[in-house]
Amino acid sequence: MSVSTVRARIRAVLKGTDYLQVDIDGLADDADLYAAGLSSHATVNLMLALEEAFDVELPDRLLRRRTFSSVYAMAEALAEIGVKEAA
Amino acid sequence: MSQWLAAARAVGGVAERHADDVDRDARFPGEAIAALKQEKLLGLLVPESAGGPGGTIADAVAICHALGQHCAATAMIYAMHQIQVACIVRHGGTDWHRAFLRRLAGDQLLLASATSEAGVGGDVRSSICSIEQTNDRFALAKEATVISYGADSDGILVTARKTPHSPASDQVIVVVPKAGCVLEQDSGWDTLGMRGTCSNGYHLKATGEMAQLLPVSYAEVSAQTMLPVSHLVWSALWSGIATNAVARARAYVRAEARKKNGTPPARLAEAASLLQLMRSNVVAALRQFEAASASPDELLSMPFAVAMNNLKVGSSQMAVQVINHALLICGLAGYRNDSPYSLGRHLRDAHSAALMVNNDRILANTGTLLMALREDPDLL
Repeated sequence: MSVSTVRARIRAVLKGTDYLQVDIDGLADDADLYAAGLSSHATVNLMLALEEAFDVELPDRLLRRRTFSSVYAMAEALAEIGVKEAA
Repeated sequence: MSQWLAAARAVGGVAERHADDVDRDARFPGEAIAALKQEKLLGLLVPESAGGPGGTIADAVAICHALGQHCAATAMIYAMHQIQVACIVRHGGTDWHRAFLRRLAGDQLLLASATSEAGVGGDVRSSICSIEQTNDRFALAKEATVISYGADSDGILVTARKTPHSPASDQVIVVVPKAGCVLEQDSGWDTLGMRGTCSNGYHLKATGEMAQLLPVSYAEVSAQTMLPVSHLVWSALWSGIATNAVARARAYVRAEARKKNGTPPARLAEAASLLQLMRSNVVAALRQFEAASASPDELLSMPFAVAMNNLKVGSSQMAVQVINHALLICGLAGYRNDSPYSLGRHLRDAHSAALMVNNDRILANTGTLLMALREDPDLL
């Protein structure tokens, strides 16, 4: 699985939710999702959806605002717990 | 005891002399606030580099606890002021902010807050109004449902959407000196308790320089400073109210025992035990805040937010419980408004605790956060 695939899957998680006030397709991987309307309440739902989609558990140390601030940041966090691209 | 705490105790005497009057007439506790200015306590948190004494959040917490024992409205005004100062000290990065803090320490300016707004359903993390920027200037108009002591303040911290196009949750906070704003009163403050805070509603119009905006998002200011510091200073003053209620109950029991020998009520021990829990909670949360303050990431973490929310909900509930115990101990002497053991004001003031940021809202937020967290198995 390539990193870009991980990012694509993160985008798929965001797609079709009301977590953001704009379509994720219009945002770059490093775009600030909080500026796009992501609330703290939605952050928790996003986190649970990521855990479901990637079949992982995010440890408490990653449960902070920055982890969910962009598609890129979420991919970094997932990489940290072993969700990495295959060569 | 710090020199500031000693000064705060002296102010407490002034506050207590006027507390009943402030409560009855729902008027600003001008005498106590003047005494706080006289003792230079409004500038407490301003760092030495900006001409202040460089006091800590722990100092502010101790002072709020001391003031809460004499006049809850004075303590609440002091607490809310220090929350605003802490936000500027910890997040205000511009020359404008440094100059303002210097002026605050020198002139002992009193800061208020305009976070609540008509139309957002009590959610301070959403704004309708927005910053309208023109070059390096901004304009802002807000229907502020509550600005505590707005009329008597020297400046107000106002939340707003970052731009007219930003989502409701993408907020900033801006420091507005009184000279830069117009307040038109829209509603009054005739309430059960905390009557001296004069928390009227206003139409607020402000203009100023873009440099007055804190340079980080309100989400960060809120999570790292406004929310934890609020819950700490509030909990400290609520435990101050409860401390005085237990002191009155104890005095009543002692006076009764002098008149006739008898067994002291076990309820006094129960009240004292709850009070100990309240105070321990404040101290433990303060230590947690101090430890987390070394790392901005830690302050933005969910477990920290849960801990600070729990402090607020627990303190607000226990304050009323402790005062109820004290009331049962004192009986009618506590129920009367004209007795030295009177507890009516304590009880009315303490009931505000569960409502200023409604506990049900906080519990719902905490419940959401808890979905993401696992139990910490470690005690220490």
